[in-house]
Amino acid sequence: MWDYTEKVKDHFMNPRNVGEIEDADGFGEVGSLACGDALRLTFKLDEDRRIKDVKFKTFGCASAIASSSALTEMVKGKTLEEAEKITNRDIADYLGGLPEEKMHCSVMGREALAAAIASYRGERVEKEEFEVICKCFGITDKEIERAVKENNLHTVEQVTHYTKAGGGCESCHPKIEAIINKVWGEKERKPVLVKPAKGEKLTNIQRMRLIEETLEREIKPALRQDGGDLELIDIEGSKVLVALRGTCSFCPSADFTLKQYVEAKLREFVADDISVEVKE
Amino acid sequence: MKTIYVDNNATTQVAPEVFEAMKPFLQDLYGNPSSMHFKGGEAQKAMVEAREKVADAVGANPDEIVFTSCGTESDNAAIVGTLESHPEKRHVVSTRVEHPAVWTLCKHLEKKGYRVTMLSVDREGRLDLDELRAAISDNTALVTIMCANNETGVIFPIEEIGQIVKSRGIPFHTDAVQAVGKIPLNMKKSTVDMLSFSGHKLHAPKGIGVLYIRKGTKFSPFLIGGHQERGRRGGTENIPYIVGLGKACELAARHLEDENNRVRSLRDKLEEGLLERIPDTLVNGDREHRLPNTVSVSFEYVEGESILLMLSNLGICASSGSACTSGSLEPSHVLRAMGIPFTAAHGSIRFSLSIYNAEEDIDYILEQLPPIIERLREISPFWRDYIKASSRK
Repeated sequence: MWDYTEKVKDHFMNPRNVGEIEDADGFGEVGSLACGDALRLTFKLDEDRRIKDVKFKTFGCASAIASSSALTEMVKGKTLEEAEKITNRDIADYLGGLPEEKMHCSVMGREALAAAIASYRGERVEKEEFEVICKCFGITDKEIERAVKENNLHTVEQVTHYTKAGGGCESCHPKIEAIINKVWGEKERKPVLVKPAKGEKLTNIQRMRLIEETLEREIKPALRQDGGDLELIDIEGSKVLVALRGTCSFCPSADFTLKQYVEAKLREFVADDISVEVKE
Repeated sequence: MKTIYVDNNATTQVAPEVFEAMKPFLQDLYGNPSSMHFKGGEAQKAMVEAREKVADAVGANPDEIVFTSCGTESDNAAIVGTLESHPEKRHVVSTRVEHPAVWTLCKHLEKKGYRVTMLSVDREGRLDLDELRAAISDNTALVTIMCANNETGVIFPIEEIGQIVKSRGIPFHTDAVQAVGKIPLNMKKSTVDMLSFSGHKLHAPKGIGVLYIRKGTKFSPFLIGGHQERGRRGGTENIPYIVGLGKACELAARHLEDENNRVRSLRDKLEEGLLERIPDTLVNGDREHRLPNTVSVSFEYVEGESILLMLSNLGICASSGSACTSGSLEPSHVLRAMGIPFTAAHGSIRFSLSIYNAEEDIDYILEQLPPIIERLREISPFWRDYIKASSRK
């Protein structure tokens, strides 16, 4: 049961400006039936190029309808330059807040407005320039980056709440994480230890930590993309004992992966004499 | 505002008789049945009586009944308990439309290295038994297939399935949480080895469940601790709730006919009324082999959560398979497995009745829902497009 504010409930039960302007100056449509959310925004300008009339049609939940209604109230009387400054946070604040999981409804509002303004200006919002990160919901890297910056997001889960990206098959999670890191800088992600220069010897503790870190950072994410996984069982000197999980456990290429990929990566990041074996 | 509760597959109200039966055990009769003194004896006696009533409800022997905390625990115990007893086998067969208590557990088992085959269903939500026959292998440790689906009400042919599974010597578990109390079940004449059910779907409170384990079935305990439930499930027995469940099972046996006749006709009236009064409405699931109390309908071009909130404001309580209500961003995995198009899945509403519903509840819904759908369709961008397109034909 969502904890909706009174304002959200009001804009849902009594939405303002429902409809479609026939010969609109601006026409923006985002979302689809498949997504479960869609918004069609139309506006007409007056002689001073301010938004005189604006209407919306929405397919979606209470948050979606309320966000659309709120947005139309917020843009009335504004110039396009003023209107396009409105962020999804502004829409959510106007409503007194939205549950985290529903923030993507406010993002949809802003996107429809951007599309409508672009249509008036004769621009086309070229989705093809950007990379589609989330195939389930068709979300591009540009959209994710924008949401991360404007809403100060730091986790994949938050990105899902605000954009829906990563809410389907989840295979794009590593890519979303990469975008988050790109926005906030790579500081947290630098390895604590580095492979020692030639001649230097690692202590046992250092070697074990480096092996664990390399598995977590370099090897496991790649296996997980294919539905597989690896569990570290033990480390005896330079011998690393692992167990295969998920699709790796019955994959015919498992041996190949183990030697050519896992062992190779460990030799690259830890020490040249590392060997990898599977626990029977 | 009157409450019209038509969400009984989510949970049911506690029957007044059940509450009365439980009260003494939350007051003076507080003993632990394992104790040697008379207070323990009082509790022990009540538990024995309740166990008999529960066993009668499914045609089982009392010592085949294990009390758990909920349906999910029963499902987890059955599946994990069987896998632990057959460690050399690493394959499980289930379906794509199971309740999360089974479905999510199966996904978890896959991560742990088990191979899980999820049988598919057709557009009506029915299984293909040939697919089941082909899926079973020498490495299959367990087949777990639900008795009746919580979203669509579709009933699976459990005995036919059981014949196939047992002929290969494989343990067979069924999640019967939605079926017990609605359709007759008799373990004496069944092929099922283990069966789960839950109190709160039967007008008992939330927090009590049952796992039926046929005598002779290998089972490793899931909750390990004291010797309770003959060493099959540790933990001091939840006496007040066990007594409540016993009473609920007694009532369920009495009400089975009412459920299958009067309640069924109320459901049919609701279904037919909605199809008649609201255009572009579909029923999801096999209408013939279905629980008597359930109907899942889809209203195209509008979204489920909005419909539910508007109904809720009028006192009507139902649920939906839409993305917004599923807890994830995708619509219900059951509707998707059935191949229901997104256009319909997002606008799906489930009504599930009980013996406490009356004809005026149905009449009220039939009166109030059409204007809601009409209003939401006016707000939807797709409805007008659809109307324009179809008028051009």
